[in-house]
Amino acid sequence: MSPYNRSVTQAPALLQVEGLRHAYGELEVLRGLSFALPRGAIGCLLGPSGCGKTTALRCIAGFEPVRAGRILLGDTVVSAPGLSLPPEKRRIGMVFQDFALFPHLTVAANIAFGLHAAPPSERGERLRELAALVGLAPALQRYPHEISGGQQQRVALARALAPRPELLLLDEPFSNLDIDLRERLSLEVREIINASGATAILVTHDQHEAFAMADEIGIMHDGRIQQWDSPYNLYHRPVNRFVADFVGQGAFLPAKVLNSRRVEIELGVLEGEIPDACQLGCDVCGRGCTADILLRPDDVVHDDAAPTQAEVVHKAFRGAEILYTLRLGSGRKVLALVPSHHNHALGERIGIRLDVDHVVAFAPENR
Amino acid sequence: MFAGFDFDVIERSLPYLFREGMVFTVTLTALAMTGGIVFGTGLAMMRLATGVSLAPLVWLAGAYVNLMRALPLVLVIFWFYFLVPWIGGWLIGARQTIQVGAFWSAVITFTMFEAAYYCEIMRAGIQSVSRGQQSAGYALGLNYWRTMGHVVLPQAFRNMLPVLLTQTVILFQDTSLVYVISATDFLGAAAKVANRDHRLVEMYLFAALVYLVVSYVASRTVGRLQARLAVIR
Repeated sequence: MSPYNRSVTQAPALLQVEGLRHAYGELEVLRGLSFALPRGAIGCLLGPSGCGKTTALRCIAGFEPVRAGRILLGDTVVSAPGLSLPPEKRRIGMVFQDFALFPHLTVAANIAFGLHAAPPSERGERLRELAALVGLAPALQRYPHEISGGQQQRVALARALAPRPELLLLDEPFSNLDIDLRERLSLEVREIINASGATAILVTHDQHEAFAMADEIGIMHDGRIQQWDSPYNLYHRPVNRFVADFVGQGAFLPAKVLNSRRVEIELGVLEGEIPDACQLGCDVCGRGCTADILLRPDDVVHDDAAPTQAEVVHKAFRGAEILYTLRLGSGRKVLALVPSHHNHALGERIGIRLDVDHVVAFAPENR
Repeated sequence: MFAGFDFDVIERSLPYLFREGMVFTVTLTALAMTGGIVFGTGLAMMRLATGVSLAPLVWLAGAYVNLMRALPLVLVIFWFYFLVPWIGGWLIGARQTIQVGAFWSAVITFTMFEAAYYCEIMRAGIQSVSRGQQSAGYALGLNYWRTMGHVVLPQAFRNMLPVLLTQTVILFQDTSLVYVISATDFLGAAAKVANRDHRLVEMYLFAALVYLVVSYVASRTVGRLQARLAVIR
């Protein structure tokens, strides 16, 4: 495991997934998925469609058998080859992509549904508690089709939380909502989950959602976790090209490695740890290996006084900022995030300089 | 054209027609519907069962439904009338056949026969409820039977209510076939009066009119129900 791929929190894990494999017929979807989620944390599996993240969630919920590896909830093995504790015995709560509210029951009956084993007085109390938590008290006697999408989402959340599950699973919980609502609700839902003290794991392909909700995120690709880390580290310290590409925007520039702490790119010399530098060190070896350096849009700063100039080839207005695509002297392109009052026309040449906090370098790709 | 008709015979026989005949028809329809839906739902759950160990159940239910749907109803009524006493006797281990009577024989026959049709309706109904609803039930700690009973079947039943009622209207009309076992349903009662008083045209016209009115009202009710359910869904 690379030094960057470390667990963020040290609390004992509530959920442990170890070397999980799953296949639909010949198609292997999970190929040795491993991660651990500490109690009380909100984790996220983030990846493009088809990376296996929903399958992983269904395995954790107990809806899919596993081919190899195991899943532990607390100290109990709930899934292993030939062993699968049924979903209803796992003490999990689940929020489905389409919410899966029961259309024939009122909001109150939906929320209280998982409390069938509790005595009626306790059921009423828990229902009031949850209605207050998610702000649905006035809508309790309505039916799901009579309330808005955002309210349905909150009913689904309250219903899942009602039986006090050990682990809450959320499957693309915001994909059915419009973008405005998505942003607001993801923060709201995070607060509700934290207030309930639950441990949660979320599955999504939308990094904004993941960043807004999760303490720890696992980037999934090819049925494996590529990197399990905090949002900050995923963005600023990606461990491989896939993570660098998938999370955030940016451009790669070829660099000459000067020594284990310095690289030179077209825009100047950068200093920092070069993880993939050769073992000998450039000073000894002297052949001068090359690397690809990741430049994020916030690493490239617009400065009229800077000696280096680049041509504006594309611009995307984002309100507070403009995302410029700039062509360098060599013809390579970089992205720059610039406050939007610096409004430059296409074709214009503007001054740029680098403000790189730490260098992200990968072995060069065949070009 | 109606100059030679004696409508008085209808009025005179009304109490007999309704108190004897219609009560038989309606009771038979109600019992066969209830039994048929319960048995049919069980068959539907069997046909939809998954897993290797349950494969015989799937096959058995499928064979039963296909057999029942391949036979003419009259034949089934006839056969059951003679078979039920034998099978009943064999089941309880009695030496001779048990006495069932035309009415209960008809109830059993129609329940068994209609179950095949209700089964296919309920099967479509269960499949109309998305898989996610079942998963949601499990995720909330309910086992298979509770998930079926509280989540899937109520919705399947609601979605299929118009079709179930339409099938019941057909059942109501089909009950007239009990004439083959000489039971006195509404049509049977009308036929007896018609033959006794030689008023065939009047009695059969009246019987047809009653069936028309009942079926038409029921169909309209189903139509209105359908419109209301469409809004809820």
